[in-house]
Amino acid sequence: MLKTRVIPSLLLRDSGLVKTVNFKDAKYVGDPINAVKIFNEKEVDELILLDISATVGKKKPNFELISQIAGECFMPFGYGGGIREIDDIKRIFNLGVEKVVINSYAVENPLFIKEAANIFGSQSIVVSIDVKRTKSGNYEIFTNSGKEETGLNLKDFIGKIEKMGAGEIFLNSIDRDGLMQGFDLSLISEASKAVSIPLIVCGGAGKIEDFKEAIMAGASAVAAGSMFIFYGRQRAVLINFPHQKELDLLNNL
Amino acid sequence: MVVIIDYKTGNLGSILNMFKKIGVEATVSSNVLDIERADKIILSGVGSFDSGIDNLKDAGLIPVLNEMVLVKKIPILGICLGMQLFSKKSEEGKLAGFNWINAETVRFKFDDRETNLKVPHMGWDTINTKRESPLLANMYQEARFYFVHSYHLICENQEDVIATTNHGYEFPSIVQKENIFGVQFHPEKSHKFGIKLFENFVNLC
Repeated sequence: MLKTRVIPSLLLRDSGLVKTVNFKDAKYVGDPINAVKIFNEKEVDELILLDISATVGKKKPNFELISQIAGECFMPFGYGGGIREIDDIKRIFNLGVEKVVINSYAVENPLFIKEAANIFGSQSIVVSIDVKRTKSGNYEIFTNSGKEETGLNLKDFIGKIEKMGAGEIFLNSIDRDGLMQGFDLSLISEASKAVSIPLIVCGGAGKIEDFKEAIMAGASAVAAGSMFIFYGRQRAVLINFPHQKELDLLNNL
Repeated sequence: MVVIIDYKTGNLGSILNMFKKIGVEATVSSNVLDIERADKIILSGVGSFDSGIDNLKDAGLIPVLNEMVLVKKIPILGICLGMQLFSKKSEEGKLAGFNWINAETVRFKFDDRETNLKVPHMGWDTINTKRESPLLANMYQEARFYFVHSYHLICENQEDVIATTNHGYEFPSIVQKENIFGVQFHPEKSHKFGIKLFENFVNLC
């Protein structure tokens, strides 16, 4: 029986690790290589690293840093940020990375997903979608680290991306990001009805119970940033991860 | 010297990273002379069965691998597609495999339409040990491994099956026939459990 995956999702800005609230107010939380080493020691299921400064700054992925991080990662590792060419993906995989995460460019050029999935296999291509609830109550997709409104409808876009051959969807709630007060369950439920590929959800987790609710709402895997980076009420920076036994309640739901 | 066969399919960087971690000299190569000198061989890979066989043929590596494995009895570890290539053939393609293990490669098929089991079988899973193998010597009790695959082996000789994993039904997740070892999961991405398995392969197999 597969275990439910619990994935720390780390944000990179330039070469430092940061954490945002509602995709804003990026606070420096430490050195990425050091953080990855600690997550590796804690034997996390998988790790996702997203460079939020790459696309916005029109930069290429930081291959040198990705290489150093992959060298510390003895678990599946996904990288996202600034990927716009097949050669970028090839280079990243050669460094020892299993998955690439594509966000803005999947909206700009959905055929890129098809091309990438054909060459590298769907299992290695993750499309991440950043979503905000509008005043009218609809879920709308944003790109460029939440700065650009696309006007795209969530369900339509998910359907399209799946057809293109994406292997997984990484769904981020901009409204819940960094608050640690629980996932947007109606968003998860709506998205899960539109996909058959695995749905990883992120944004809002503060405790293990939140993961359980997300899985019950239709998520296949759960991701969190703040919960694994901050500790206690004062939000002191302290890399932490629950023991495997504590996560057992997420299996067989 | 451990030689990791380079046949242009998949991610060998993470296997090298792991050998660096355990302090064992390993090289990635498609050079026949390197392979002839190997005392351990690793055949990893992702992608389709036929593209794997085609790439090995194009690189001219089939004869040297047969010689090293069947005649010189050099230990080889197949990982994921690498293990599937040891079988006779695959539902995924038309080409013949190495036929080193009496097995066929088939796609996951579930009878029950209601099942919500997904293909690929992707994520962390456990193994049920069926037989002793040096590969599993002193393995951790709570061992779990990372899998990503849509196809799996069906072995004709049950004595070749070292461990199984359940995804809808039991399939062979570790096989061994003499010096030929195969794992369906990715030990290079399976934390200390994978490290132990590689150490066993290098030191005990």
